[in-house]
Amino acid sequence: MVRMPAAIPRLQDDQIHALSAGYASAVAAKRRRLAIGAVLLVVAIVLASWSSEVSFAKLLENLWRFPAYFVGLIPKISLETFAADIAEWMWGIKRWLRLLGDTLLIAYVGTLAGALVGFVFCFLASANLVKSRAVVFATRRALEFCRTVPEIVFALIFVLAFGLGPLPGVLAIALHTTGALGKQFAEVVENIDSKPVEGVTASGGNWFQVIRFAALPQVLSNFVSYALLRFEINVRGAAVMGFVGAGGIGQDLIEAVRKFYYTDVSAILVLIVVTVMLIDFVTERVRHRLIGVEAGQ
Amino acid sequence: MTSAGANPLAADHADIALRYPQYFRPNWRLRAQVGGVVGGAIAILILGIIQLEIPIGRLLRGLLELGDFVRLMLPPDPGSWENALRYLRALGETVSIALLGTLGGALLAFPVALLAAHNVVANKLVHILSRRILDTVRGIDTLIWALIWVSVVGLGPFAGVLALVCSDFGTFGKLFSEAIEAADKKAVEGVQSTGGSHLHGIRFGLLPQVIPVLASQVLYYFESNTRSATIIGIVGAGGIGLQLAEQIRVLEWQKVSFIVLLILIAVSVIDLISSRLRFAIIGRAPSRGH
Repeated sequence: MVRMPAAIPRLQDDQIHALSAGYASAVAAKRRRLAIGAVLLVVAIVLASWSSEVSFAKLLENLWRFPAYFVGLIPKISLETFAADIAEWMWGIKRWLRLLGDTLLIAYVGTLAGALVGFVFCFLASANLVKSRAVVFATRRALEFCRTVPEIVFALIFVLAFGLGPLPGVLAIALHTTGALGKQFAEVVENIDSKPVEGVTASGGNWFQVIRFAALPQVLSNFVSYALLRFEINVRGAAVMGFVGAGGIGQDLIEAVRKFYYTDVSAILVLIVVTVMLIDFVTERVRHRLIGVEAGQ
Repeated sequence: MTSAGANPLAADHADIALRYPQYFRPNWRLRAQVGGVVGGAIAILILGIIQLEIPIGRLLRGLLELGDFVRLMLPPDPGSWENALRYLRALGETVSIALLGTLGGALLAFPVALLAAHNVVANKLVHILSRRILDTVRGIDTLIWALIWVSVVGLGPFAGVLALVCSDFGTFGKLFSEAIEAADKKAVEGVQSTGGSHLHGIRFGLLPQVIPVLASQVLYYFESNTRSATIIGIVGAGGIGLQLAEQIRVLEWQKVSFIVLLILIAVSVIDLISSRLRFAIIGRAPSRGH
């Protein structure tokens, strides 16, 4: 039986030198790049701190003050009078739940309206279905505009045009959703299999028939999945619409924060977080089932 | 298609339908399901319109008014050079808030993400606890954080930085821990098989794999945070949002459109830079090729 050699064969010295020199220079180059990046980052941080008036000395000096606010948020709850304490903490639960319901409805109506408009425009923004470059370009830029301007800015403007209340909130969310979903939908449409499209075209189908029978069956489950994901995001967005007077729970939250009603702040925050988690959980379930349905076919 | 005789396609259709009836039978179960879902969606929509008391009359009047606003916005005009400079400074402040907030959030999130990744800390309790904390933080919107920090540290950009740190802490914690869990475990096993400890495995096996991924996520969020940082000024947390909200309230529409234009340009420039850097870090050329 042949034994394995005990020693690992050594390379010649000059070969080792060449290899180790190459390794050293590669590592040095990498370190140099890292150092340059680090210096640039530090410069950016210093500039940014100067511009946003961050003073680390002042921060350290006042750091101990921060916890006081958050300790104030914790409601007084003792084990003996547990139920009564909870009831006192959540004293406005009826009103808050109604406002939360409003918030969910604002998100729902806004998402649905935005999804419908985005659905119409996504086909116009898809280069594989529309021959005219100009139409594709114009649609894409319009969707980009709707997506880039934050919804709360739309809400600020809409409150002036439509008056206080949920209506401007719904419209702001709908407009932003149109941009966001329109883009995502268009990406889905651009990635479809082109064979069904060619098939329907070849058998004499017009543009609408191509969309209905070739594109739609391929994209619909993806569309619903994206719309559900957007609904999750919009629930978070609708919760702050009240900050600018556009309806929902945000109105009560901003009042409680501004007037330093500590326990009200924490009660509303807890309700919002629980609602958001619940919605996330439900939509995730539905989306996984949708993906399952698609994979099963 | 007027008559079957004139159109061979129609004759084919009838023929095929006769031979393969199973493909032409309507699928009633599917139709009922789809009808049920669509009906439910419309029912909630109607409930929403009634419950929110959306006045259709005001919708039309508002749209007309909105048309007026848009007409007044054109062309964008800051009013004077002084104003333009002030807006640019505010924009700089916004970008600074975004940078500091993103970096701060990433630094805070990194250790927690390690705790929340089950291939680093195998303890189930730590895992669940850190995940729940991250979920809770993430459930609160950036604007709410801004509002809270304004009442803790007062008006100004510093509150904005803290707000972004908080909301990014939640997001990054989740993203980082997912990236860490998706890492290849062979490298870690390799380090441990040569006698390295668990910590050595993480340092030399895991981190070199995930750091580029994390860096690219941070860069990606820098862009989206610039967008968030433009609005936190609405609740007084500094940046260009403050100017924007002010000009909207006093109905200076030309200035409003100028500021919106500035924001759009800034966001797209940062988008461009961050995507270039991202591709440089993860070592892939941009999709357009060199």
